[in-house]
Amino acid sequence: MNTAVNIIRSRAVVLSQANIDTDRIIPARFLSTTIRTGLGEHAFADWRKRADGSVDPEFALNRPENAGRSILLAGRNFGCGSSREHAPWALTDAGLRAVVSSQVADIFRANALKNGLVPVVLDEAVVQSLMQRPDDELEIDIAAGELRTPDGQRHAFALDAFARTCLLEGVDELGYLLARGADIQHYETSHRESSHVV
Amino acid sequence: MTTPRTLFDKLWDAHVVVPETAAAPAVFYIDLHLIHEVTSPQGFTELASRGIAPRRPDLTKATLDHSTPTLPADAAGELPYHKPEAKAQVERLRENCKAHGIEIFDLGSAQRGIVHVIAPELGLTQPGMSIVCGDSHTSTHGAFGALAFGIGSSEVGHVLATQCLLQRKPKTLAITIDGELGEGVGAKDVVLHVIQQIGVNGGTGHVIEFRGSTVRAMSMESRMTLCNMAIEAGARAGLVAPDDVTFEWLSRTPRAPQGRAFDAAVKRWRTLATDDGAAFDQEVQVDARRIAPAVTWGTHPGTAIGVDQRVPEPADAAEAKAQAYMGLHAGAAIAGTPVDVVFVGSCTNCRLSDMRDVAGVLAGRRVHPRVRMLVVPGSEQVKREAEAEGIDRIVRAAGAEWREPGCSMCIAMNGDLVAPGQLAVSTSNRNFEGRQGPGARTLLASPLTAAASAVAGVVADPRTLAATEAA
Ligand code: SF4
Repeated sequence: MNTAVNIIRSRAVVLSQANIDTDRIIPARFLSTTIRTGLGEHAFADWRKRADGSVDPEFALNRPENAGRSILLAGRNFGCGSSREHAPWALTDAGLRAVVSSQVADIFRANALKNGLVPVVLDEAVVQSLMQRPDDELEIDIAAGELRTPDGQRHAFALDAFARTCLLEGVDELGYLLARGADIQHYETSHRESSHVV
Repeated sequence: MTTPRTLFDKLWDAHVVVPETAAAPAVFYIDLHLIHEVTSPQGFTELASRGIAPRRPDLTKATLDHSTPTLPADAAGELPYHKPEAKAQVERLRENCKAHGIEIFDLGSAQRGIVHVIAPELGLTQPGMSIVCGDSHTSTHGAFGALAFGIGSSEVGHVLATQCLLQRKPKTLAITIDGELGEGVGAKDVVLHVIQQIGVNGGTGHVIEFRGSTVRAMSMESRMTLCNMAIEAGARAGLVAPDDVTFEWLSRTPRAPQGRAFDAAVKRWRTLATDDGAAFDQEVQVDARRIAPAVTWGTHPGTAIGVDQRVPEPADAAEAKAQAYMGLHAGAAIAGTPVDVVFVGSCTNCRLSDMRDVAGVLAGRRVHPRVRMLVVPGSEQVKREAEAEGIDRIVRAAGAEWREPGCSMCIAMNGDLVAPGQLAVSTSNRNFEGRQGPGARTLLASPLTAAASAVAGVVADPRTLAATEAA
């Protein structure tokens, strides 16, 4: 069950590179788990630590001034690659609540929404300008569908109506589907002959 | 008159349980749910926490592939798991399947293998179906004219519980490929070329239908390679309309309808083509005659060039960074780059035709002493059929390793790793930084190019090697 979320207020962590893939977000060697918690320490593992195992102090998420920030400003096509939900699990466990990018990959977006991680898609130029001022406190308003900056700019972002309701009301998608049991039953009865799985 | 529909439209319409509205996505029915050990445990846990059982265990099929060793069991029958967590995942899936009556193609089963290889082999994958798996390369099954896509673990739970997903209708993209492929050029080269053209995000939000004379002339194996990598262009799914090639494949599978039922099914399957005049949201044309054997120079699959070309000047800082990571230099010919590892395998290129391609190159030749080469068949069936043709002996005689089926070095979860800094030519689908192990550098290529590079010890053009006589 998701908890309801409406306003996210934070300064941003910037990862400006385009095409940050899910192997970057959480490398496959951390997928050998049967639970969904505790993955935050492995988020961006191969950027956080150097090859010799030492912490890279230059990496954005390791910098002390970025501690506690919950908005990630990322380059275009964030979350491409694998369908691993471990990616949003790792990000939310690391304290992130929203990803702002000019494009978010399809499966990652669906996975993110199921975990209360808000994908905020804005024009590339807007994302670039926000990246210049990571110390501005941003305000993401889910009900209004806009991201606001301290100097009064308001950037509207599109969010599927259902996704918005789920975020605002903490609607549980599985509960919603389970409530459609009668429709599913009817479908199964009327389409029986087209299914061949044996 | 009814409106002409695309293949995708037909597949979509047939699976809508509750239509989408502005306020809510469609409730979409799933005919076949494939599960594996890595992305399913959390889905089962979700059901258990709500006290519900899977709705259609009969439509759910399980296999073990990602975490499993590709080395055989020891004398005591113990498999060499790379870490205890991998074994725990395997055991968890077994328990979950047993508890809920789900068929599992377990270790030791003659039908086990990479999930996207075994379902088509068994004939579980059929035209007209909707198929999902907690795995992005589920797009592979689209080669049969099934709407197949990857989902996350929460969605695995949704499908287990309700056999449905909440889905917004994606857009359609037609990629029409025409013309005859040149010598040494195959489906992998075609799809790398396509991704380079449209970009790794070119398919985002879309389902791709691959069309045209080149696609029609392709075997099922090649069509699977094509659809497999649709996800690398960001697409929701890839599709090829079913035809006689598809039906011929299915007629040899144990789980497709048999006898009269098969004939009736073929009749239905024939209707699954895009109608004349149906509109796609986007269209792209590709001239197959211009495609050369492809290799990638960067750290995403959209960086293919012809193997006879030079590494391009970086267009931006990200490309410069990628080239630095890869240890490649702009302006240098990519052929001739020293290679440490060659990996033949993964759901992209691990089927019998791929094994034959590799054996054709390796027969009478030796893998270069610098190179470690792993050949990993995609399934027990591929392994069996390849061994019946003596391919394992050719591979071993050339100095390469012939392994047990599984994902292996494609995702490097099972201990099969490329060492930091090593350069691998791989027939898999992702060359992301660290995909094949921390610090590993990956060039994506076809089985022919991979095998030619293994022999040469450097990135090599399979067309050139073909000209040199085997010993
Ligand atoms: S072979 Fe690679 S891409 Fe295919 S299912 Fe396994 S890990 Fe995924």
